[in-house]
Amino acid sequence: MTALKSRLGDHDWAAYAVLPLFMLIALPLVGNLPTWLTLTVAGAAMGMMLFLMASGLTLIFGLMDVITFAHGAFISLGAYLATDVVRALPGLLEQPGWPAALTILAVALTAAILVAGLAGWLFEVVIIRRVYGSHLRQILITVGGLIVLQELLIVVWGANPIPVQKPAALRGSIIVAGAAIEIYRLVAVVLGIVVCLALQFLLARTRLGLLVRAGVENIEMVEALGFRVKRLFVGVFVAGTALAGVGGVMWGLYQGLVTPAIGPEMMILVFIILIIGGMGSVGGAFVAAILVGLMTNYSGYLTPKLALGANILLMVAVLLWRPRGLFPLVKS
Amino acid sequence: MSAARPRLFERLISGDWPRSRVLALLLIVTVVCLAFAPFLVPGTRPLGVASRICIFILLAASYDIVLGYTGIVSFAHAMFFGFGAYGVAIGLSKLGVAWTSVFLGLGAAILLSALVALVIGLISLRVQALFFAMMTLAVASFALILATQLRDLTGGEDGLTFSLPQILTPGFRFLEEPLFGVRADGRLVTYYLVFTVALALFLLLLRIVNSPFGRVLQAIRENEFRAEALGYSIVVHRTLAGVIGAVMATVAGGLLALVLRYNGPAASMSFEIMVDSILLMAVIGGMGTLYGPALGAVVIVMAQYYLQPGMESLSQALTGLPLLPKLFHPDRWLLWLGVLFVVIVYFFPTGIVGRLRENSAAGRRR
Repeated sequence: MTALKSRLGDHDWAAYAVLPLFMLIALPLVGNLPTWLTLTVAGAAMGMMLFLMASGLTLIFGLMDVITFAHGAFISLGAYLATDVVRALPGLLEQPGWPAALTILAVALTAAILVAGLAGWLFEVVIIRRVYGSHLRQILITVGGLIVLQELLIVVWGANPIPVQKPAALRGSIIVAGAAIEIYRLVAVVLGIVVCLALQFLLARTRLGLLVRAGVENIEMVEALGFRVKRLFVGVFVAGTALAGVGGVMWGLYQGLVTPAIGPEMMILVFIILIIGGMGSVGGAFVAAILVGLMTNYSGYLTPKLALGANILLMVAVLLWRPRGLFPLVKS
Repeated sequence: MSAARPRLFERLISGDWPRSRVLALLLIVTVVCLAFAPFLVPGTRPLGVASRICIFILLAASYDIVLGYTGIVSFAHAMFFGFGAYGVAIGLSKLGVAWTSVFLGLGAAILLSALVALVIGLISLRVQALFFAMMTLAVASFALILATQLRDLTGGEDGLTFSLPQILTPGFRFLEEPLFGVRADGRLVTYYLVFTVALALFLLLLRIVNSPFGRVLQAIRENEFRAEALGYSIVVHRTLAGVIGAVMATVAGGLLALVLRYNGPAASMSFEIMVDSILLMAVIGGMGTLYGPALGAVVIVMAQYYLQPGMESLSQALTGLPLLPKLFHPDRWLLWLGVLFVVIVYFFPTGIVGRLRENSAAGRRR
């Protein structure tokens, strides 16, 4: 009984309750159940894609205490790789059926993980490594890095927007309870949940995850015990940029038009997610990403064009209630 | 008598000497060139460049109060700049062409800027300086969206074109005869208005950073914990610095609107202005020196106007080689400024001015 109590007590139920409460409050405001369902699924799907982008950043911050503004460029990179993969496989694109669609998606995601991960590795070694420990210099140098990376993207892919099509099986929508739900959004939700579960499993159940969690709590101790913290840092950074690439693939296919700014544009929402969720917490980023995705869709329906303002209000409200975010990271 | 003069000058620059011969020379050249710009290089385009330099010197210096003297990164500085430009633009296009519209518009913009800076500071600085960077990014992008969406007020994406009070228009002549070969028209008046306001406010900024308040800001930047232990409230000082910087940026924005006779989101408020101009100027010139961002503004504005033609010819010279012509394409000028920026943050974190001062101090020790 006490064990159960302590397990329950460990969790911050008020913070968990925010998400369902938020969805319930929106229902009467939207006023119509099918519309609400469509908006909720769309919001959850957007939230999952945002989570893919934010999870890497929050991991990097949690472990390395590094904040990178260049993350958006890796999202753009993923989106551009998706356009290349779709172009390279024209036969599969129009072929109906799930195997073809999933093949394209798998190839694009693999390419994004490899290329964005490699780019992230270079970025860590060349740029990030020299600014550990100073937030000011991190912000400055990664803003510079963002400029350079974005310009390099233009050198490779050109400044004009590139249109990209979803694989045939992922277009269109299905009707559930009177609400039209895009198939692609469901795929995004599934992928987001898989990635979140995989990350949780990796962090909670593996030796590597144990090291990362230990590093988040007390980096000096991990170093003192003889583990190579630097290698851990590089690994987490590469994983983070690879996740950004994955998010970029999904977002690029979803948007249908890829520009150099497609990633940096999303960074504002990603930062809002980090702040709401609690900087460095993966679970917090998950909840906050869904919150922000839902907020964007609900407010986009209720007061179009002011969706970002609604998200900022959400962030301010959360900050006033919990200055460190919903699920703050405990650091020693 | 002879002792009084340097003392007067010393008071003018608030005792903040350049502390490097090269820097002093660069500053003198800059001030003299700007003071006589309309006569040194006659023509509309060079005058536009000179006005832009004056405005961005003030803008970059006001940003330095936030970035260099308090050590926090704000991405909202272009927003305050935009407020000022929109204030003047909206005043002149909605309230009629008169000086009262200019002052009403600018006054309202200053109040708005001060209020927004206050709220952002109080909410986000309570937590962590890191939040400030993200918070300002979010608020600035929201302001940019508002500026493009409130079409009736701001003119949307197209922006506002408006007329100036008569004395500032090119048609106005205050002398029949040309002055040293330059037409004595309203453009000249506008330029000297911009030059005077920018110079006066720059000197005021120098005064502020060299006041006890400025010293506290520097103390907080160097060691937050100790400054707080000495009894200085970090949130209050940083927020106040943010408000001062915001108000100065607003005035700079007002000047920009007067020079361009136009304002739109891309002209004053965009992230291109924020990152590619303001941040680059402050960092390349040297954060926390005021003189640095001023020199940075000169360098970057000149680069924006004159780097592209140079790259054009370089790119043409490289045709036939793989990749290189693309890298040196004139539209890629930002790539090279970005590289320069990264290199400076690495190797010369104190920027041009810091470097010059170090050299000079090393020379003196020898």
